[in-house]
Amino acid sequence: MATDWTVRAITRAMMPVLLVLTLVEIGSGLVLGTFEADLLASPSLLVLVPVTIGTAGNLGSVLAARLSTAMHLGTLSFEPEDDVLQGNAVATLALALTVFPVIGAGAWALATVTVGSRLALSTVVVVAFVSGEVLAVLAVVVTAVATYTAYRFELDPDDVVIPVVTNACDVLGVVVLFLVVQILV
Amino acid sequence: MTVREVAVEAYREGLPALATSVLGGLLAGVVLGGMRSEFRLVPGLLVLVPALLATRGNVYGSLGARISTALHQGLVEPRIRGDDRLWRAIVAAIANGLVASLFAAAVAFLVLSWLGRPAAPLSVLLSVALLAGLLSGIALSLTVVVVVFAGYRRGHNPDTLVGPIVTTAGDVFGIAFLLLAVRVVLLAGGG
Repeated sequence: MATDWTVRAITRAMMPVLLVLTLVEIGSGLVLGTFEADLLASPSLLVLVPVTIGTAGNLGSVLAARLSTAMHLGTLSFEPEDDVLQGNAVATLALALTVFPVIGAGAWALATVTVGSRLALSTVVVVAFVSGEVLAVLAVVVTAVATYTAYRFELDPDDVVIPVVTNACDVLGVVVLFLVVQILV
Repeated sequence: MTVREVAVEAYREGLPALATSVLGGLLAGVVLGGMRSEFRLVPGLLVLVPALLATRGNVYGSLGARISTALHQGLVEPRIRGDDRLWRAIVAAIANGLVASLFAAAVAFLVLSWLGRPAAPLSVLLSVALLAGLLSGIALSLTVVVVVFAGYRRGHNPDTLVGPIVTTAGDVFGIAFLLLAVRVVLLAGGG
């Protein structure tokens, strides 16, 4: 199942996925471009953008790498009651609970120090926390589905799953953050 | 292992690297906030940002995962010299990263033109994508190999290191080299 380590084999395994994901990310960029004025008006939210979508992608990619190796080693079964699957899902949610309040406070503090903040500290922390928990749940679902799909189609999850998960989280990150801001700010 | 044991291990292994990536992400956010004049000078650049940053994460995340899994399976040794396979994987990663960056610039230009939204000349967007992709590709390949090997030798699970390290370095190098590339291209073009 593993890809041969030649430039041609790696490119053949990766390029189609990479180009499709690039198109998806351009979509994410167009959404971002649409709200450029809003983001520039609230510097704490602008600082929040890369770290929120990046952290969501990280939660997913750690999970994906762990599931991928477990799959290669043959210790993963794709049952909902599988211990490896459940334990990693719980850890992902707990990690999100830990880091997102810190992210909100950090973004607010950095924006305040560098360009000045328009929003209250509590607002930014709540926005980060709510976005983070929604994104953590989405990251678990997307990762489990993507790893299982790679398994069913006999693709190497190292080539496919991490890119799919990270990019899905990027796009979801922009959308979720935007929706949470619309509701809470 | 029970669910609880798996969860505790995954949490403990995940937290330090995740905390590092949060710092990187915040740093990237601050730099992004300071690039407002570049965004004004090169319309379409902000639309390109997620695609360029994601390409870094995709290509070098996959490189890291590939090396990490191969270490687990005993297919590669944690040494840089004497293994052509490792170098072929790195060359493939950089080549794929450049193709995806140029593709992103071309698509962004076409879509923005089609939507009637402002876009910088295609040559400017392509030059920025190429230069930023090459510089960040070299920096990220080195980072991935060094971090995964060093982590593995010290008994850390490289799986937990790869994602956060790549996204942290990808965000920071990605934004920093994007800023550098834009400035070089604007200078070269008399902007």
